[in-house]
Amino acid sequence: MSAVRTDTTFGAPAKAAVKPSSSAPSRFRVSRTLKYLALLFFLVIVLIPVYVLFVTSFKGSGDAAAVRAWNLPEVWILDNWKGAWEALSPALWRTVQMVVPAAVISSFLGAMNGFVLARWRFPKADLVFTLILFGMFIPYQAVMIPLLQLMNGAGVPSGVPSLIILHVIYGIPITTLIFRNYYMSVPEELIEAARVDGAGMLRTFFWVVLPISIPSFVVVLIWQFTSAWNDFLFAVFFSSSQNGPVTLALNNLANGALLTNYGISMAGALLASLPTLLVYILLGRYFIGGLMSGSVKG
Amino acid sequence: MPRQLRRWGPPLLLISPSAILMAVFVYGLLAANARTSMTDIHTAAQATGREPSSWVWLDNYIALLGSDAFQHSLKNLLLYTVVFLTGTMLFGFLWAWLLDRPVRFEGVFRSIYLFPMAVSFVASGVVWRWLLNSNQGEQASGLNRLFQIVGLDFLQNNWWNNVNVGIAAIAIPAIWQLSGYVMALFLAGFRGIPEELREAGRMDGASEWKLYRHVLFPQLSPVALSAVIIIGHMSLKAFDLIMAISKPSNYQTKVPAIDMYVFKSSFDYANSAAVGAILLVIVAALIIPYLIHTTRTEKVK
Repeated sequence: MSAVRTDTTFGAPAKAAVKPSSSAPSRFRVSRTLKYLALLFFLVIVLIPVYVLFVTSFKGSGDAAAVRAWNLPEVWILDNWKGAWEALSPALWRTVQMVVPAAVISSFLGAMNGFVLARWRFPKADLVFTLILFGMFIPYQAVMIPLLQLMNGAGVPSGVPSLIILHVIYGIPITTLIFRNYYMSVPEELIEAARVDGAGMLRTFFWVVLPISIPSFVVVLIWQFTSAWNDFLFAVFFSSSQNGPVTLALNNLANGALLTNYGISMAGALLASLPTLLVYILLGRYFIGGLMSGSVKG
Repeated sequence: MPRQLRRWGPPLLLISPSAILMAVFVYGLLAANARTSMTDIHTAAQATGREPSSWVWLDNYIALLGSDAFQHSLKNLLLYTVVFLTGTMLFGFLWAWLLDRPVRFEGVFRSIYLFPMAVSFVASGVVWRWLLNSNQGEQASGLNRLFQIVGLDFLQNNWWNNVNVGIAAIAIPAIWQLSGYVMALFLAGFRGIPEELREAGRMDGASEWKLYRHVLFPQLSPVALSAVIIIGHMSLKAFDLIMAISKPSNYQTKVPAIDMYVFKSSFDYANSAAVGAILLVIVAALIIPYLIHTTRTEKVK
């Protein structure tokens, strides 16, 4: 389906670019200039919130007065960053503990499912795939109340343990989808060759298929990392400020600092976004791969 | 049947953990939620089983859908979705179009347009709450102050504090975050159009604009449909941004997902479950026709 494919690139821009025809060079130049002006204008618009975050995070409380709202800080101070770090660092650490196992486990489950659904056609495989996929589209509000009761009833501690379980389970549809699409593109001969050599399905999977799945693993890991890191919904229902992830801690910090000191919540917002932004900057290509495979998870 | 077992055993072994988890945590819980929504569990004592509860069937749904408060949530959800969809489609498409032909620093523009997607709604809510500050005149900060600085004072307004259309202001940060994503979808769409089509158009003497208008844009309609579905689906579940910018108790910015949370907080599990089920129906009305449509087109291919 078109919403859910795994192109990891935008494809190279076509090489046969139109050369400006010599008959209308000036018109071409004008439209070209306009285009760059438009692109720059939107660039500025998109970066406005970043400017505000950055500048305000270095402002002292007196400096944050409304008249000077858009000015650079009179004195650049680090107090907000120190305060935000103190307020958020325990939650940041908990988020790492939550996100890493959640991303790794759901990637492995996704790889197993994806392989089976792409290559080992059992009766009703398509139905099973559709049923799994539907789990990606449901609003979690529609399962939240019984989910709370189930997790409480099973005695799963709130906070990190609950959230790992939830991110693993509700990550299964998207990870399955990405791996299935990838395995559909693996040449049949590779798997046939293993089978001819007498390898069973499990051996084929672990020794032949898993090693060539690294690119998909990177895409899936990044996707799961980002969505678990940024999750707020499950955090609200399954953790508290004492044991919750950084999104919850940040929201509490921002509500507490409301009207008194915006600087500290701005520094906190930057701190909380740093890991996902780093991933985006360093591994952008794979990040986009995940997006393209259907960011239907809200 | 050892041969059957050898053949189907391993794949079933690999897929069964996930299949069981999905069966329980998606379908089992959807059913349990429907069940709770048809009871009269409105208090903490009933929610914890200390007091009995009984079936009321569809009474909760009838009461909810008939109440002004919930109708207001649905109206807000519609308004939010319309603004969010229009904004992201507009900017996403425009940016993709601007970047379609080779442009210097294309990578820089693309990466910056797309980066807000990597930030959580909660983090962007922190800065947008400041930007959408409702103070005006002397007291103005945020965007209202910026409007004064650039001489567009008349644009000042009270943003999400507006009782009737406040929710539309919350869609602005959502547009900021997701337009880049729609751009990425459209850009992939543009790049997927075979070069021959453009060549053929030019051979026929079509101007660049005509080429886009009559040859390239129509090719993008499947991409546009996907984008509408993905953004629309996100929009219907709106929760994080509203929690981060406004408050759950604010009437002007409440949507069903917020109601669900508020009901749950007061242990009104029945109404909470009913709101969840209503959201499910709304999302399903959007998604299921789309899924059927795409599976059909996939089969045709």
